Amino acid sequence: MLNAHDILETITMIQEENLDVRTITMGISLLDCCDSDIDRVCQRIYDKITTRAARLVEVGEQIEKEYGIPIINKRISVTPIAMILAACEKKEPLKIALTLERAACAVGVNFIGGYSALVQKGFAAGDRELIESIPEALACTDHICSSVNIGSTKAGINMDAVALMGKVVKRAAELTADRDCIGPAKLVVFCNAPEDNPFMAGAFHGPGEPDCVINVGVSGPGVVRAALAKAGDCDLTAVADLIKRTAFKITRMGQLVASEASRRLGVPFGIIDLSLAPTPAVGDSVAHILEEMGLECCGAHGTTAALALLNDAVKKGGVMASSHVGGLSGAFIPVTEDAGMIAAAQCGCLRIEKLEAMTAVCSVGLDMINIPGDTSPEIISAIIADEAAIGLINSKSTAVRVIPAIGKQVGDELSFGGLLGGGPVMPVNTASPARLIHRGGRIPAPLQSLKN
Amino acid sequence: MRAVITVIGKDMVGILAKVSAVCADHGINVLEVTQSILQDMFAMIMMVDIEKSDVPFTAFADELTRLGESMHLSVHTMHEDIFNSMHTI
Repeated sequence: MLNAHDILETITMIQEENLDVRTITMGISLLDCCDSDIDRVCQRIYDKITTRAARLVEVGEQIEKEYGIPIINKRISVTPIAMILAACEKKEPLKIALTLERAACAVGVNFIGGYSALVQKGFAAGDRELIESIPEALACTDHICSSVNIGSTKAGINMDAVALMGKVVKRAAELTADRDCIGPAKLVVFCNAPEDNPFMAGAFHGPGEPDCVINVGVSGPGVVRAALAKAGDCDLTAVADLIKRTAFKITRMGQLVASEASRRLGVPFGIIDLSLAPTPAVGDSVAHILEEMGLECCGAHGTTAALALLNDAVKKGGVMASSHVGGLSGAFIPVTEDAGMIAAAQCGCLRIEKLEAMTAVCSVGLDMINIPGDTSPEIISAIIADEAAIGLINSKSTAVRVIPAIGKQVGDELSFGGLLGGGPVMPVNTASPARLIHRGGRIPAPLQSLKN
Repeated sequence: MRAVITVIGKDMVGILAKVSAVCADHGINVLEVTQSILQDMFAMIMMVDIEKSDVPFTAFADELTRLGESMHLSVHTMHEDIFNSMHTI
């Protein structure tokens, strides 16, 4: 039987601590849209997305209202477009980008992810054309997110793709310089990209996925922070237990939303992504959890340890609450999307080098970091290579989403608005890695034993 | 199907009566009520059966939210499953 305490706890979590379901993401396979004629492909893609996702937003809003849980985003992920483009005689990926944009507007979703290529071992037909079109595709659309997988533990790192992505990220920023360089904020470079991730900008619908599926990403950094604040000065064993208990409750809510959405849409349920995803709103910050655990400021020594505990406890608590777990599952540390991270970066306590260490123990990677606009493509490539190497060796997903702030320097700010937030331009090490990057080739897949 | 209505705000005459009146208007049966008053803050939790409701659940929830706003109270109407799934295994 329900008791008043439980009911009020849930209401407080939602009203005061920003508990929400971050996203319901419908994964749609476009493999059956392949054709040698690009225009026919576009028509099929438009038809399939607008049919499958016709009721996605409506059902999301219905559930939101009935259960009283905010569902912030309704999104779509599709098969990596490079795979669809492979079949076309004329490789004109921008036509597909514009089609996806049109379909996203027609069904009313917030984002559509999957303008992607998987090139961890090399480029197949369509891959290079798609990657080269990314800057323009992101500049001429508002709802499309792009990702490129350049490495995996089984394949190694494709350094030719890494070199190319440095240029693509820079170009994406240049083409959107008049809009605070928002282009690269919608572009993720992955190592070990998950195929069922519901979170943007890295969502795509992997080739091993069913035709259509519902994945849900939960959130709730504010709830975890509030629980820790109430607990006071307990030891770290108690902290871990408390985070597990809180993550369990958050995830149960996500599971309920996922199964309801799946039932009402008649689409199978895929996974819950157990993530603490911050927003720029006050009280919805992962950095503030770390500070609540006892750090003066996020980025101080001890940050990596605190984050490791947090990340592990979130997974342990969440796994039992859900029937299927997948995606990125862990704590996100996107700098510009997290009020605490922004403050820590502004005061100079949080630096890229520390963020890189943090990515070895948490969910994703160097996420939403503004770097000086004159950073060379080779340095961006080298940042990507370093991050991919951490994922490669540790058999985990890592990613890079950096935003070269064109015409700006350390201390200036970029502002994207909405969930993407904004923040200061952070310094990068300017010593040149150009020769390493220009070598190209592949970093071989690592040994999986002798782990030291 | 059952729903939980929570009302939180400054105590005043007629809160319970007005909320129950909206329920009764739509054929919604009140199953259980707990309420407490701490200093002058009023907190009420009401379990209702919405099986025989003559309006869609979301419309009913909107009506109560509007009622709450007019009385400067925070009113939430939520499906009971959300609480069951979060607090019981």
